[in-house]
Amino acid sequence: MADTALPTHGPRGPKPKRALSRTNIIVYGTLIVVSLYYLLPLWVMVMTSLKGMPEIRLGNIFAPPVEITFEPWARAWSGACTGINCDGLSRGFGNSVQILLPSLALSVAIASVNGYALANWKFKGSEVFFTILILGAFIPYQVMLYPMVIILRELGLYGNLWGLVLVHTVFGMPILTLLFRNYFAGMPEELFKAARVDGAGFWGIYFRIMLPMSLPIFVVAMILQVTGIWNDFLFGVIFTKPEIYPMTVQLNNIVNSVQGVKEYNVNMAATLLTGLVPLVIYFVSGKLFVRGIAAGAVKG
Amino acid sequence: MKLTPSLLALTAALGATAATAGELEVTHWWTSGGEAAAVKTLAEAYEAKTGNGWVDGAIAGSGGTARPIIISRILGGDPMGATQMTHGRQAEELIEAGMMLDITDVAEANGWTDVINPPALLEGCTVDGRIYCAPLNIHSAQWLWLSHKAFEDAGVAVPTNWSEFVAAAPALKEAGKQPLALGQQPWQSNLAFGTISLAVAGLDAWKAVNIDKNAEVAAGPDYAAAFEAVANAREMAAGSNVQDWNQATNMVITDAAGGQIMGDWAQGEFAMAGEVAGEDYSCLPGLGVNAVLDTGGDAIYFPVNDDPEVTAMQKELAEVLLSPEVQVAFNLAKGSLPVRGDIDMSTANACMQKGLEILAGGADGILPSGDMSLTADTTGQVEDLMAEFWADSSMSAADAQARFAEIIADAD
Amino acid sequence: MTIVESDGIDLARAERKPRRPFRNISAKIASLPMVLTALVVFVGCTVWTVIYSFTDSKLLPRLSWEGLGQYERLWGTRRWLVSLENLAIYGICSMVLILLIGFTLAALLDRKIRFEGAFRTVFLYPFALSFIVTGLAWQWILNPDFGIQASIRAMGWESFVFDPLNSPDLVIFGILIAGIWQGSGLIMVIMLAGLRGIDEDIWKAARVDGIGTVKTYVKVIIPMMRPVFVTALVLIAAGIIKVYDLVVAQTAGGPGISSQMPALYVMDAMFKNQNLAQGFAASTMMLVSVLIVLIPWAYLEFAGKKRG
Repeated sequence: MADTALPTHGPRGPKPKRALSRTNIIVYGTLIVVSLYYLLPLWVMVMTSLKGMPEIRLGNIFAPPVEITFEPWARAWSGACTGINCDGLSRGFGNSVQILLPSLALSVAIASVNGYALANWKFKGSEVFFTILILGAFIPYQVMLYPMVIILRELGLYGNLWGLVLVHTVFGMPILTLLFRNYFAGMPEELFKAARVDGAGFWGIYFRIMLPMSLPIFVVAMILQVTGIWNDFLFGVIFTKPEIYPMTVQLNNIVNSVQGVKEYNVNMAATLLTGLVPLVIYFVSGKLFVRGIAAGAVKG
Repeated sequence: MKLTPSLLALTAALGATAATAGELEVTHWWTSGGEAAAVKTLAEAYEAKTGNGWVDGAIAGSGGTARPIIISRILGGDPMGATQMTHGRQAEELIEAGMMLDITDVAEANGWTDVINPPALLEGCTVDGRIYCAPLNIHSAQWLWLSHKAFEDAGVAVPTNWSEFVAAAPALKEAGKQPLALGQQPWQSNLAFGTISLAVAGLDAWKAVNIDKNAEVAAGPDYAAAFEAVANAREMAAGSNVQDWNQATNMVITDAAGGQIMGDWAQGEFAMAGEVAGEDYSCLPGLGVNAVLDTGGDAIYFPVNDDPEVTAMQKELAEVLLSPEVQVAFNLAKGSLPVRGDIDMSTANACMQKGLEILAGGADGILPSGDMSLTADTTGQVEDLMAEFWADSSMSAADAQARFAEIIADAD
Repeated sequence: MTIVESDGIDLARAERKPRRPFRNISAKIASLPMVLTALVVFVGCTVWTVIYSFTDSKLLPRLSWEGLGQYERLWGTRRWLVSLENLAIYGICSMVLILLIGFTLAALLDRKIRFEGAFRTVFLYPFALSFIVTGLAWQWILNPDFGIQASIRAMGWESFVFDPLNSPDLVIFGILIAGIWQGSGLIMVIMLAGLRGIDEDIWKAARVDGIGTVKTYVKVIIPMMRPVFVTALVLIAAGIIKVYDLVVAQTAGGPGISSQMPALYVMDAMFKNQNLAQGFAASTMMLVSVLIVLIPWAYLEFAGKKRG
């Protein structure tokens, strides 16, 4: 619990003996077989998105394309139709970025301060609020829809970007606060006490001590939020309007509007394009994510 | 943390893309090929006639996806300019709560009461003598669509009514065709049930159940026959694993299936695929048994807006929607029937002509739509029951009927 | 890290602002967003929902009382009962399987293997995709006409049948395959992080005592990882109760009503059937079941800790 330095790296399991031991064959064999299960959908999506419709109709979905075409990608990005708009996903991308950045900044900032207060500045009732917050993580979002609409209307925020930012901040708060609280609680208490003796206040300690030390957990929080906010459809469509619909709304529209035949290749390309931002983030920062989780999530 | 304020400022600047004046946002869920083509005619006519912009708020995924969005927007005080809704009982409450614009003046100025046929359509928009929506088209659900080639391949004649269709099913199956194409969504199961029950149980029984909510009739022998017919149709539809209605229609278009029970909106899909009515496919209103159609349809509602400019644009849209040219263009594209009895639809194809004839024949062939007589709640319960009944071959017709009668008994 | 620490203290010292009486004020003001969220949103909306579940609200919320009518109807509705049964099957299976798979994969990755990063990325990437995408991808793979079934038949095994999504009895497992695919990676990472936190001396001691690898995991390591398992359980359980998008994208509740879930029932009642109060009653029941499971746990976990 008190071990604070960045999470210990490196495997801790028992060391295998020989390169081709029976254990090794089992370990690698299992991992490779399981990897196939995880990779299968990605493989199918990528392959399908590179095929033409005639080939899809005839062929096997697992086979690589005989003739590679990037046309489905082009159509998904800028040609697929919903209603009378035929500009694909391109319109939604900018909107999604516009929604993501302030939501990300605000939700992570607030959750980190919450977590810090809960870990280091407990006040009467703070644990009660925290428990309510965690219980809130279990309430289906749909239940909150109408009351949230009414709250935002009363605040005068309904239908604009800031309303949506607020919604993302509120619904991201339980899990993020839990992460930050656990992380800060795991820092050595002496550090905090020393700063207090030196007269540093709430914000002083937060900005000068806690913040610089909490990069790993910030990375985790940001990755979780990017994924959650980017993939959100429900809030994006309820709390905004067409000019600022996120990419997922366009994805839903492309995938669910069947004009004649279902264009599976365009659907798959659109799906991959929409998932690209979180996917890239995971591929690039997977290692930091694991470190951050090790530092934050696993300490009770 | 220090980064945050500047980020916020940046995105706020980006976010300030306020709609320019003179644009009206219209929300709808018309996203299939034929539907999108029809919306386009509306948008173009509106922009050409009024000089205002049409902001298209299409949401794919049927009314179930779109409705929470529409209602949230209205409740949240940031309504769209106009929205598609099925007329009838669905919007009653919004009207009673004063959230919908009264367009009686537009209706009077344009003489809607004289031109709209059947008059029930305008009544569906009327609450306490005031008019709150613009009926746009008439959709009837009771159609059987048949692929000529599928029957040719199976070596049987194209059926002219439901019992011939049932008789031809084994031959279709043998030829490797799906006798009856049916999408898996609950509303489609319910639509097929409603249509079959109207044909098999007969008009009087149908009216007693759907309009008078007579649970005895629902539990009686006429409906027992209808439930048996559905159980039989269930076997003809077994193996039809598509989801969307137009995927099922596509099975008929590509001759992989013999027929589909679907509303007249399927017409738009046949048209988009370049098929010719009477040659490549044919259609049987009322399953070829009773030549009756219901008169459901789409209507456009106009949520109340504080901005008088928006109100003016809304009224302009209402006027455009009912203009003869728009009625012709929109309905030809969508495959639905116009709400005006006084316009020239001679360019309509053989199937639409059949529908127009029934409409012109007057009250005998016209039923109110289920949307007008049953609440969404009751319809939802029946849909759940039908989804289960069509999917679960172990559920007997008698069990399904007993549960149906219960739902009707509780309906208000 | 130590450099940063002393820097921080130096700066703090330079500031010299001893303001003890205000320290709690600062913390409280800073916690205001959390307090407001907890009270206004979570408690407020919940209370609002519960109150309106006793009304006959249809399309718009209104306070016209109907007593327990909505609840009577709810428990007499077959679809609701099927939904609960599905949630129970899905919940238990995915809880057990995700924990099992997550832990096993983490344990395998922890065995000083090569390409750990690559494997980890492969297991984790599905988590970056939304449930909608997950549902669509697996619907496609499980489609009998061109997915796994068709491919295996094309290889010559003509009678091969693998069509879970169109079988009322198996459909829930078809959804499970997709749910596990999406969710197990995150749990694997959490487990891996937990394993990395175990002192290597434990392993040495186990080896000295001649305890087998598997036995060491079961008897020693897993009990030491209790907080890790708790975090994992919270995450899995919160996901299960909310499962909605996945089912909508993959089966839309079908065939028939055989893959319905409570969240779908709530949404359909509220928005499709325009019977808000029925939806509120159903969601109240969902909340009650969550509370029954969670309150004892939350009490032990948080309230207990203060004293201990």
